[in-house]
Amino acid sequence: MESLTNRKKVVSDKPMTLWEKAYLPAIMSGMLTTLRHMLRKRKTIKYPEEIREFAPIYRGQHVLKRDEQGRENCTACGLCAVACPAEAITMTAEERKKGEEHLYREEKYAATYDINMLRCIFCGLCEEACPKEAIFLTDRLVPTYFERDNFIYGKDKLVESVDERIDITKRQHTGKRNTI
Amino acid sequence: MDTALLIEKSILVVLLFLVSLGAAAYMTYFERKLAAWIQDRVGPDRAGPFGILQPIADGVKMFLKEDFIPAKADKWLFIIGPGLAMFTALITSAVVPWGPKLHLFGRDIALQVADINIGILYVFGVLSVGVYGIMIGGWASNNKYSLYGAIRASSQMISYELAMGVSAITIVLLSGSLSLNDIVAQQSSVWNVVYQPLAFLIFFVCALAELNRAPFDLPECESELVGGYHTEYSSMKLGLYLFSEYTSMFVSSAIMAILFFGGYNFPGMSYFSGNTLAILSIGAFAVKIFLFIFVIMWIRWTIPRFRFDQLMHLGWKTLLPLSLINLLITGLVIAFKNGWF
Repeated sequence: MESLTNRKKVVSDKPMTLWEKAYLPAIMSGMLTTLRHMLRKRKTIKYPEEIREFAPIYRGQHVLKRDEQGRENCTACGLCAVACPAEAITMTAEERKKGEEHLYREEKYAATYDINMLRCIFCGLCEEACPKEAIFLTDRLVPTYFERDNFIYGKDKLVESVDERIDITKRQHTGKRNTI
Repeated sequence: MDTALLIEKSILVVLLFLVSLGAAAYMTYFERKLAAWIQDRVGPDRAGPFGILQPIADGVKMFLKEDFIPAKADKWLFIIGPGLAMFTALITSAVVPWGPKLHLFGRDIALQVADINIGILYVFGVLSVGVYGIMIGGWASNNKYSLYGAIRASSQMISYELAMGVSAITIVLLSGSLSLNDIVAQQSSVWNVVYQPLAFLIFFVCALAELNRAPFDLPECESELVGGYHTEYSSMKLGLYLFSEYTSMFVSSAIMAILFFGGYNFPGMSYFSGNTLAILSIGAFAVKIFLFIFVIMWIRWTIPRFRFDQLMHLGWKTLLPLSLINLLITGLVIAFKNGWF
């Protein structure tokens, strides 16, 4: 029968020729192969000293962004929580009071915002759903803990601090977002 | 016997002992590095720069492990085994000429512990005793895997020693002497490997088998025999077995360099003299030994292990007839040149 892939190899058990029986040619070619591997450049990264860079599309721990004036972007619309397939996000909304304009960008804000890192599957749908550029996934890793409670990240861990902004430019250049 | 000679020889013996052990230690490091390179890895590089201190760390580890003797083992033989293996590996180096005479403190110092006139016989005798270390260890362990390893080791060594001996005899025919010193001295212009490439090949393959190195490492194959004759060994007893393998590798490389590659001779020797010559010769010899060790390790990480019937087949039906034919032809040529026809 005609083979479809044309990669078929006929196996035979015909006796070895004298050339093959001498072993040495085959051994030489084998040693040449290993020699080539010996001289090849290593691809190993010496881990603790050298850390491999994450891929630009890496999805790690979330961050809640602030705008240029240090105001929180999130308006507690709940779209991320609706989009979340793992139901990891919960929040409570609150109205912005007078004198809080420097803290929150719009009239409504999230008083609490929790992500359960044990439920989260790091799919990035929250980021896609967000209309306010408020939540992003970063290249930071969620560490391990001994207690389950520690995995529920509140606003204290999620919102970036005013002085130490989290770089999310990599996520903005992944082709998914070309606004901003 | 004068005291100076005694001191000189004692220093040489101690030096040789230390060099053999040091070389063996660093061969383990080099072997691991080479294996890593062949497998596209980096190898040990944590202990000291480039992992240079790895053998020391390994040695310390070996000493700190529990020294266990199985309840059903023959206690005395169990202890003697590794010691015998190490002892035979070390004493072979006594007849190796490491270089021409060194001139120090107004004395000519021969760089050879014992210049006995039957050097090759001595080497072969000690090599044959070498199998006892493995056999006794395997027997005393009272373990079926160890016993299999020991049996395999002895049958393999007996099979390959024949072809090895015959190819060594061709060299003896060529040089007309059993003394290693004479054999080296005769190769100052042309190395024996030029006249006897086949004998060298046979000798090399047999040496691999004698050393229990891959592809002939059946006595200690990890996959079938769980380590073979040293299955039950732990701590520094195991260390001694592994160490003796590397020491005999070092000595065997030296013997092969002497018999076929001119020992300490090197091209352009006639331009030097005195102590410079001696030191350069030792260097040349070391380089040759290193190259042999490198090739032996390279082969280990390239070729898979032989099956036992293939091993016996190769030894008895291929190497032995080949070496005998080679011996016959060599004998005829020498007889013809001497005008016996």
